[in-house]
Parts: sequence; structure tokens; C-alpha cells
Amino acid sequence: MNESDRNIINPFGNDKDFAGCSIFGMMNLEGKRFGSKDPVRAISNMHERSNGLGGGFAVYGIYPQFKDYYAFHVMYLSRDAKDKTDRILASCFNIIYDEEMQTRPANVVDPPLVWRYFVQPKKNRPQNQSEDDCVINAVMRINTETGKAFVFSSGKDMGVFKGVGFPEDIADYFCLNDYQGYLWSCHGRFPTNTPGWWGGAHPFNILDWTVVHNGELSSYGINRRYLEMYGYKCTLQTDTEVLAYAVDLLMRRQQLPIELVSKILASPFWSEIDYLEPKKKQALQALRQTYGSLLMNGPFSIIVAHHGEMIGLTDRIKLRPMIAATKGDMLYLSSEEASIRLVSPMLDRLWTARGGEPLIGRVGDKKLIEKRAKLEVSH
Amino acid sequence: MVVQTQKVKAEISPRFLPRVTVEGSIYKIDAQDLHYKELNTLLRELDAMGVEKVELSNVYGQRYIGTDLKTKMKIDIYGTPGNDLAAFMDGQTIEVHGNTQDCIANTMNDGKIVIHGRAGDITGYGMRGGKMFIRDDAGYRVGIHMKEYMSNKPYMVVGGTAEDFLAEYMAGGVLLVLGLTLKKGEQHKSRFVGTGMHAGILYVRGEISHLGKEVKMMDVDKKDLAVIGDLVKEYCGYFNADYDKIMAGKFVKIVPYSSRPYGRIYAY
Repeated sequence: MNESDRNIINPFGNDKDFAGCSIFGMMNLEGKRFGSKDPVRAISNMHERSNGLGGGFAVYGIYPQFKDYYAFHVMYLSRDAKDKTDRILASCFNIIYDEEMQTRPANVVDPPLVWRYFVQPKKNRPQNQSEDDCVINAVMRINTETGKAFVFSSGKDMGVFKGVGFPEDIADYFCLNDYQGYLWSCHGRFPTNTPGWWGGAHPFNILDWTVVHNGELSSYGINRRYLEMYGYKCTLQTDTEVLAYAVDLLMRRQQLPIELVSKILASPFWSEIDYLEPKKKQALQALRQTYGSLLMNGPFSIIVAHHGEMIGLTDRIKLRPMIAATKGDMLYLSSEEASIRLVSPMLDRLWTARGGEPLIGRVGDKKLIEKRAKLEVSH
Repeated sequence: MVVQTQKVKAEISPRFLPRVTVEGSIYKIDAQDLHYKELNTLLRELDAMGVEKVELSNVYGQRYIGTDLKTKMKIDIYGTPGNDLAAFMDGQTIEVHGNTQDCIANTMNDGKIVIHGRAGDITGYGMRGGKMFIRDDAGYRVGIHMKEYMSNKPYMVVGGTAEDFLAEYMAGGVLLVLGLTLKKGEQHKSRFVGTGMHAGILYVRGEISHLGKEVKMMDVDKKDLAVIGDLVKEYCGYFNADYDKIMAGKFVKIVPYSSRPYGRIYAY
């Protein structure tokens, strides 16, 4: 293969190597904010799990002075797209403040223009349309109508920062040491079946829901078609996008608790359901029948986050790793134990969950972790 | 002594020197922020010098420790070694003072691993020789595709319990799970035990159910107890456990029905 062919097939110059993505989540259970030092150090310790084709962070509690407004982070692949996007935004929202996002030269590949807006949905919305629905509508319109603009963060008092590079480079690029948050969810990407581009980096986000994911979803097609019925349009060319919309649909719109949602995303085998007591059996059968199209097929470990809550989940036969730990008020979820130990060598508790069983941390509810950790294999 | 130390240290690449101290015959390495490729380069240099004892401190996730060494080095690890610890290892001894992550002893050929803590998923993946002793629990798919050939036979002891797919696709060797971390009356955590297993033996102390459809459970006989007894004795030596108490427990033996469970599927 000559040089030019290789550049077409493999534009970032990375030869095929084998690894898995890395995910790391860190949350203060009292809601106290902390800086980027530990989360960035932890995710970059798993450097070998990613290959420089994607890195990202979701940080909660970062815009206290604008916490009543939706914070949009938008990437523009062309100037023209910004004009179109600005028109869509101006038609739906009062734009409180907007600016080009603070960045600095770093080891990242082809950064697009990134812009930040703080917006408030206009009062003259269609009847029955909530503020959240208004935001989702605008995000879907921008992502599909402009062609070159993508909203990668749209929640209140939180923000996603992501792009093509190793996670530590992305942190550097977006100047993350200037931010404070009480929950950091982090990702290092090793793309398998989908392109490594800025929109395809994790976390995936809608409103304040974010997902980081290690694995692949072979059910992407059926999940995507199901979500389209509810107005979610997948534009980011990456399987994980469906997970972000699925948790928004199930947990925010349909108000299902995570204990049930985990049984939808990582449903138990029929052979296991068959042996349950009649009431449980009926409930799980109903879930599988109703939400069969939201079953996430394939290996995965994910961290789902929204304000006040961080959830870890793996597929039902745990084909991707996840370990949890606590130290004082801090909860950690990670692909690898070493990353947790690096930032917190002496832990209070370290445990793993069964495949398909959620690990849940809630602000202000330390007892929940104590209670649930006892049910799992504690180390 | 000092003169000799300096002489030996002269054979190490200069960039590693600030990390290495020599105490008697023990080479101590500070592995803080050292990339795994560098750490393993350093280990190979020590190996080529014929160093017999190495102590690694501040290990945070460096992979492949113990791979590609030629002598019978003993490595003590303080911290959390990374994935593929002792992959393809051939005759060395590793003692981990802490937990280990995933895929340790991957295709290990010979040697010994002692872990004063827990082990992660796919522990002993394709292990084909040597011995491994884990003090506490181990994760998913422990012993997956362990195998044996003539005199090469791997032995693994898990002191606690293991999670699902224990002994999955196991093709040889001996795997012993002691259940010492279980509470009284508590069953082993593993489900789908021995799925796809077609050779080798899994011994379990304590209650276990939810077997895969390729395996059957049997009582242990005298010959089995002799194998178990030897392994438990060695386990107790490393972890200061009570031999008599462990041997007083009830053991079962799990073996495959057939050496070719899928023969009918592929060869109709």
C-alpha cells in the first residue's frame, strides 16, 4: 500500500491495534465540586485502552452563574452552518450569552469551531411543549438541518467537552483545569466500527443526560428506528448515541427507575426469567415485550449520568469491565482498578456488580451505596 | 558491596537509574508514572543481567509484567498491576501485594503467581502450565480455556468465590475454588458454570448450582482429595489459612460429559 492509499484508508495514521475504550466516573456524594486533576489523571492512566481517535468529559455543576439556562456546546464544521444554527437558536430561544469556547493549542486533530450558548426557551412555544422538549427539538433540528453543525451538550449547569485526541489532550485543548464540577464522567475512545470524528467522541448527550460507553451495540439499527418514533434522530454515526436517547426517553420522559431501565437495556435471559417467582416473571416478560427494541445487544459497560446521579452498568454477561469504589464522600466507577487507586490509594470499599445490575450513586444518599454494595461481590 | 552494586547498575540504561535501588540481592524499582513498555524494558535488562529478585512499587496498571523474561526471576509487586499480568510467562514467580485486573496469566506457560487480594475477569485465560493462587475472589470467566498437553498442566486456586462462567470452555488443568469469602450457608456466586467445558477438572468447596449444560457434578474420591490437599496446603502456606478447617468442607468435582460437546453441531 502506498502512502496516499494509506492516508485515505487510515487518515489519522493509526495502524490497527487492539484495545478497548476506557471509562471513568468520579462523583462527590455531597455534591461538592472539584477540579479536573484527578479525573484527567485517572482516565489518562488507561491510555492503552484508547488510540487517540476520541476523548471526552462530562462535567456537572460547572456553570453555577448560569444554572437556570440551558448551556449549548455546538461544533461547527463550516462557517455557513453557524449562520443557520444561529437562526434556529434565535427562533426558539432567548440567547442570554454566547461565546467561542475557550481552547488552547493541544495535541488534537482538526478541531472544528466550538461555540457555547446559554439559552432560555421562548414563552411562545406550541402548547404542551415543555422547555426540555423545546430543547430536544432544537438539537434535532440543528443536527439534521444544517449538515455541518452538531450540538454536543445541551443541559443546564453541565457541559460535555469532546473531540479527536487522547482524553488528556482533549482536557488540555478545552482548558478543563479552569472548571469545577461535582461529577466527572470521562472517556478514552478506541473506535471499532464507526469513524473517529469530533461528533463521534463520547460522552453522548441530550439535555443533562450523558453516556460514556466501552463496547459496541450490534442492535444499533433497531434501537435507532425505535427512538425515531419518539423524535430522536441519530446523526453522530456512532452506536452510543442511541443509549443517550434511550435513557432520556425511559428515565426522564417515562419516569422509569434505573432498576427497571437496566432490565430493559441489559435484559436477563429468557432462561433466567422462566425460573423467577410469578410476579417478577410477569413484570420482566412485560418489559421485554414492551421494550424489546431498546435491548442493547452486544458487549458494553457504560456510565450514565445526569444531575445528582451516576450509574454504572454492563451487559448481562459482563463482556466489558467495570469496578466501583468509595472513599469518604467520593464514588468511583472505572474500567480498571489501577486508575481508581492512582487518585485514591486507600479505599473504603471496592466492589463489582453482576452483568446487567446497575451501580448507582446519588448525591445526598450515601446509604444507597452501602446497601447495594453489600448485595454485590465486595473485595 | 557498594562497589559491586555500582558495577551491576552500570548495565542498566541510564534513564532508569533514578528509579532503581539495590538492597542486597533485591532490585527495587519505583514504577510511578513509568509506561508499561519502559517498565518491561527495564525488567528485561535486569533479566539479562541475571537478577533473581525484583521488587516493584507504585505499580498502577502497567500491563504485561512478567512477559518475555528468560531467567527464573522472582517479582514482588506493590500496587495494582495492569491487564495481561504474566501473559505468556515462562517460569518466573510473581507475588502481588494487592489486587490484580483482567486477563492475568494469559497463555502462561510455566511459573507461579501468588495474589494477596482479588483477581479480575478472564483470569487464567488459556493458561497452559504453572500455578496460580488467589487469596480472595475472582471475576467473570475464571479459567476460561485453560488447557493441558502431556506434562504441561496448569493449576489455579481461588480462595474466595468466582462470578459467572467459571471454567468456561475449559480444556484442561485443575481449577479449585474454596469459597472462603462466602458467609455461612451462602452459595457460590457463579452461574453458567462450565459452559462449553470439554476437559480438565473444576473442584468446588461449598454449594454451587446453575451449571452449564455441558458439565456434571460428582463426589470427590481419594485421588481427588489428594490433589486438592496438596493445593490447599500450598495455599495455606502463602496466606496463613487453616488447612484443617478448609479440608473439613465439602468438595464437589465438576467435569464435562463429553470431550467434544459441539461435535454434533459442526459435523452433522
